[in-house]
Amino acid sequence: MSAVVLDHIQKWYGKEKTIALKEVSLEVEEGELFGLIGPDGAGKSSIFRILTTLILPDGGKASVLGKDVVDAYKFIRESVGYMPGRFSLYQDLTVEENLHFFATVFGTTIEENYDLIKDIYVFLEPFKHRPAGKLSGGMKQKLALCCALIHQPKVLFLDEPTTGVDPVSRKEFWDMLKRLKSKNITVLVSTPYMDEAGMCDRVALIHQGKILAIDSPEGISKAYPFDLYEVKSDKISVTLNQLRKHISVKSCYSFGDVLHVSFEKGFTAINEVLDAITIDHLEVKKIEAGVEDSFMAYMTN
Amino acid sequence: MEKVITAHQLTKKFGQFIATNAITFDVKAGEIFGFLGANGAGKTTAMRMLCGLSKPSSGEAKIAGYDIYTQTESIKQHIGYMSQKFSLYEDLTVTENIRFFGGIYGLSQQQIKEKSDALIQRLELSSVAHTLLSSLPLGWKQKLAFSVAILHEPKIVFLDEPTGGVDPVTRRQFWDLIYEAAAKGITIFVTTHYMDEAEYCDRISIMVDGKMEALGTPLELKQQFKAVTMDEVFYILARGAKRIE
Repeated sequence: MSAVVLDHIQKWYGKEKTIALKEVSLEVEEGELFGLIGPDGAGKSSIFRILTTLILPDGGKASVLGKDVVDAYKFIRESVGYMPGRFSLYQDLTVEENLHFFATVFGTTIEENYDLIKDIYVFLEPFKHRPAGKLSGGMKQKLALCCALIHQPKVLFLDEPTTGVDPVSRKEFWDMLKRLKSKNITVLVSTPYMDEAGMCDRVALIHQGKILAIDSPEGISKAYPFDLYEVKSDKISVTLNQLRKHISVKSCYSFGDVLHVSFEKGFTAINEVLDAITIDHLEVKKIEAGVEDSFMAYMTN
Repeated sequence: MEKVITAHQLTKKFGQFIATNAITFDVKAGEIFGFLGANGAGKTTAMRMLCGLSKPSSGEAKIAGYDIYTQTESIKQHIGYMSQKFSLYEDLTVTENIRFFGGIYGLSQQQIKEKSDALIQRLELSSVAHTLLSSLPLGWKQKLAFSVAILHEPKIVFLDEPTGGVDPVTRRQFWDLIYEAAAKGITIFVTTHYMDEAEYCDRISIMVDGKMEALGTPLELKQQFKAVTMDEVFYILARGAKRIE
């Protein structure tokens, strides 16, 4: 059985019926770590709110653990954990009080489920008497995860848990998620960071309310429709502008200290293109596309 | 070359806690200066001092030639600021936002009109000039917010995670705007959590536990830490952090 199913889900907001989700369909398998990858405004939070029964879809069907999100909202609320994008714990309660509160709401105790949160809670233990509002970003995020886990949910929904978090803390967070996977919790997590797609079993790329692709991260990269080359140059911005103007170049984007340049599959006249660039000492090699390359190709085609 | 920021032993203490610990650095006119560090490393505190919003505990700094103890009002007039969180008014239209901020920065009606037209054209916003900001995609808003932050042609603009959550194509367009501004001589002081963006800076500093532990061009830092990418440089430094946020 799929843990989460979205079947042609539609959502629009306001009098002008601004479209948030356009016929979104996807399935998350039990025990899977599934990523929703896309920028702010793509519709990721709307998906989470529908699946956690906080808003109603305007079209289509959705289910969690085999139960319909509209009919079985009580069952779903008891069975899932949800960490919203905006920090939504009680700022004036301490770390320990927040955790105790959420445990009580779900009719359980911290002790009963301590095993599940132990690895994360050790980071928080030194600050357990501090009000949640006085914690740093990384610590708030860890507390929110503990509170979402304290009732042993079968499915965990995490809406942009790593946004605004530095690369080191982000990596720590993903390591925690991997450990949860081993406890057979299904995790649906969203992120605007393309490099985090690689941490998931499968991902859906989403932009402007539409799913661009669903596959494993490797599958997403393999589906890149062009031949991709990496170009190194001492004068990166001049090289970029000249390459972009060349008729054979499909796209050219900067990636840190290099450029990624794409051509039609099987294009052989790379040397001619490079000869037309007035910058000397270009270093060029053919590379495999990453998730970010694929995302941009889908976005612009 | 003219120095737009000079900071010497700049320190901020909150009681026993040293948020920013004796940082010393210069930023040149037209430079793109990346200000990196883990959460809690002291970036925000340092930035607030440099913007004239918070008084240092000790140390010296001049921003656009003005002293950060005694001339904070002059500093505010000569800088621009934009963050991921607060940028523009959602319930004003594109043109209203431009007019509002132009007015705040003391531009004349004539100047506002000219700049507004040029800006809307450059950002290709003509079709949404009279649309409320709330209905625009984040990436468009961020590009507009940046352009508004430099409307009064400040000496320096502070950008606090300007591209967080922005799609990959628009994120790169945002950096095109940064390059354009830098080419006009505006100094860019930028924080980011995207390590590929660190590569786009002329020089980068990395804060660890309140101290500036690294400072140099991306190439210099990669050589210094024997790393292939800026990601690795960041890990090597941030892993050494003792402070638990």
